[in-house]
Amino acid sequence: MSTSRRGFLKVAAGSAAGLAISFYVPSTARAVPEQAKPLPQPNAFLRIGKDNTVTVVLAHSEMGQGIWTGLAMLIAEELEADWSKVKSTHAPAAPIYGHPAMGMQMTGGSTSTWAEFERYRQVGAMAKDMLVRAAAARWKVPATSIKVENGVLSSGKHKATFGELAEDAMKLEPPKTVKLKDPKAWKLIGKPTKRLDTPEKITGQAQFGMDVQFPGLHTAVVARPPAFGAKLGKFDASAALKVPGVVKVVSTGTGVAVVAKHFWAAKLGRDKLVIEWTPPEGGGADTNKLMAEWRTLSQKPGATVLEHGKVGDALASAKKKHDVYFEFPYLAHAPMEPLNCTVKIDGDKCEIWTGTQFQTMDQMVASKILGTSPDKVTINTLFLGGGFGRRATPTSDFVAEAVIVAKAAGLPVKTVWTREDDIRGGYYRPAYVHHVQVGVDDKGMPAAWDHVVVGQSIAAGTMLEAFIVKNGIDGTSVEGLPENPYFDKNLARRITLHSPRTAIPVLWWRSVGATHIAFAMECMIDELAHAAGKDPLDYRLALLAKEPRHANVLKTCAEKAGWGTPPAVGRARGLALHESFGSIVAECVEISVENKQVRVHSVTAAVDCGTAVNPLGVEAQVQSSIAFGLTAALYGKLTLVGGQVQQSNFHDYQIVRMHEMPKVSVHIIPSKARMGGIGEPATAPIAPAVANAVFALTKQRLRTLPLRLA
Amino acid sequence: MKLDINGKVREVDAAPEMPLLWVLRDVVGLTGTKFGCGMAQCGACTVHVDGKPVRACVTTAGSVATKKITTIEGLSNDGQHPVQRAWAEADVVQCGYCQSGQIMSAVALLDKNPEPTDSDIDAAMAGNICRCGTYVRVREAIHLASKLKRGGK
Repeated sequence: MSTSRRGFLKVAAGSAAGLAISFYVPSTARAVPEQAKPLPQPNAFLRIGKDNTVTVVLAHSEMGQGIWTGLAMLIAEELEADWSKVKSTHAPAAPIYGHPAMGMQMTGGSTSTWAEFERYRQVGAMAKDMLVRAAAARWKVPATSIKVENGVLSSGKHKATFGELAEDAMKLEPPKTVKLKDPKAWKLIGKPTKRLDTPEKITGQAQFGMDVQFPGLHTAVVARPPAFGAKLGKFDASAALKVPGVVKVVSTGTGVAVVAKHFWAAKLGRDKLVIEWTPPEGGGADTNKLMAEWRTLSQKPGATVLEHGKVGDALASAKKKHDVYFEFPYLAHAPMEPLNCTVKIDGDKCEIWTGTQFQTMDQMVASKILGTSPDKVTINTLFLGGGFGRRATPTSDFVAEAVIVAKAAGLPVKTVWTREDDIRGGYYRPAYVHHVQVGVDDKGMPAAWDHVVVGQSIAAGTMLEAFIVKNGIDGTSVEGLPENPYFDKNLARRITLHSPRTAIPVLWWRSVGATHIAFAMECMIDELAHAAGKDPLDYRLALLAKEPRHANVLKTCAEKAGWGTPPAVGRARGLALHESFGSIVAECVEISVENKQVRVHSVTAAVDCGTAVNPLGVEAQVQSSIAFGLTAALYGKLTLVGGQVQQSNFHDYQIVRMHEMPKVSVHIIPSKARMGGIGEPATAPIAPAVANAVFALTKQRLRTLPLRLA
Repeated sequence: MKLDINGKVREVDAAPEMPLLWVLRDVVGLTGTKFGCGMAQCGACTVHVDGKPVRACVTTAGSVATKKITTIEGLSNDGQHPVQRAWAEADVVQCGYCQSGQIMSAVALLDKNPEPTDSDIDAAMAGNICRCGTYVRVREAIHLASKLKRGGK
């Protein structure tokens, strides 16, 4: 057993005032889930206390998406637990918590619920089986006579709570097989269920990475290069060291860290640093120049993603040709909790406290810096004050930096990023240019489709390149495009990709490729519909004739939104549909325009995500994604000059606020389809739906985000 | 310097020009009040000073030395303030980071205006950013809290 596992079990036994009891500890605790898919080790995922509390150990991070509640529902369902006694906790970083589909311990890609749907239910069923056997032995009755309901086992005159049987149950061997409940018998799954993390989040008690405190902990604020590509030269820390509360100033290699007794002293100290930065070679990235270059680049095909038929001939012989460009800027995630990470180094061991989506990577990166092995690095995952992809960096940038600072300072340190550091710190949604040429037949239907995408690869140059980039194509740059449901299998089409490199660090950003693919596709389809003189809904449905699931989502959305009935005076509607992360979402917006500013009054969303484990959570994620996507539609834009980001805080990197938030109605379609994700898929349709509504209202076809009316 | 925080006067070791936010978080150890922007743009650090909502990140500790400061931790002993109950009922929170500030702004709104309209809510809450976009449920919870308060519950 590894040190971290032992540490975990010790912690587990010591928590809940000494009442928690771990189930049976197998010798194979380090088994990796993919190995022939054995049943999970229930003790790693579930603890039952003598006080009857059922603690679900989460292999995934709670960042707002509601996994704290969703995974607990899965265990509680099979365990027949008393829901009021169920709570969740983050797992430590350990191989046993590897993502069932991805291997490493991580949260992202809208995968947690579907990927864990089996494992967490199995854990519940296994634990129930062990409790039943323990009761049968104690009462000397057949196991089949025992009923389990609401955290209580009973048989005839016998009755006992989970807590009363947990100690006996933990001594038993886990079952080799379990039978999961028939979906018809589900009591929790599929029922709107309130979040388990509410009490601590409405009282200020929830612990985020930012809130970590312990005696001897210092705060560091780091001066990082002002431009991407700039290098640290000489620095003078004498004035910084005079600031009361500043304890040390250390180099991180790429920047300078001011370590102080509290944030404010560290921040004032950083303001006093005098640093010589070597400017970026070649003058640094300039987004205006990059976009102009990429527009030119997009006139030539890139690496082939998909080619079917002779697209050149088909375009040449088409009745009419559309030749347009779509443009997307760099975007920061800007989670409400600025990045931070706490590190305490003790000999060859290291303990980290942070909100992270990438525990395995963080452990590896930290151990490499310290010259130790990953199991010597303990990761305590705190609540994430938003993730959206930013806390899942293949370089573990914010964790690595904190380890470097703690090592250099020789003190336990919490690095805290200011909002400016966060906005300017890189790892953005890449900027893209799409060049789309569509030839249509005499009915206005697509006859040829030539689509060139230009934008940086997220995976290139990272540890994940080998897994994500295939034949020179970073799948995240074009996801949802080659398999787009609007493409008839016989359509002459070509999709190609240019992945230019820049010094600007890029990353996945809530819904990743869908953020631009959905916009280009849905605006293009809308444009074709109008050019053909057809209703945008009818035109889409004609193209989706062989895609009943997509058509159903779109029809449901349109019907609920009152498509076809006149909108209020001065308003117009727009539609968009997109499938991503295994779920299909359609959105219909109603907008008006005042002083060239778009106002979105309402959004009607229809969702097919397969089984909706927690419909209340699904609704919340759709509302959330709409707000996130709407910010990108109306405001989101980072610009760079000389490698330097020009925006810095919420005054010039605006976020949708209360008065701009539309009414949202969410319609979850009952579905037996394979379960998809829900943290991201509703993000992408909102921008094209709004742009399409703008066209309906003003006849202005906006193809660049954020939307700017002439 | 003495500060009256959540009904308790404490001696704090901090310079008067230090923002109240960092005194609360790093000196007193009350971390429920959050740092989001440092320039009164996001509202995550909203606390009450003599019952009025202020942004603690741009309020110096010295300027509130003679006043009553209330943070999310001082709103209720048991999380049962009507606004907190409404928040739970409407299942508002997501990541939760901005929620202390949202709740403090909502409490201040309802204290001043027991029955706010949607546009009153827009005006009072526009200073509180939620990146998770919980706005729909924040609005619902404020209307619900208004009912709970007026019903004397």
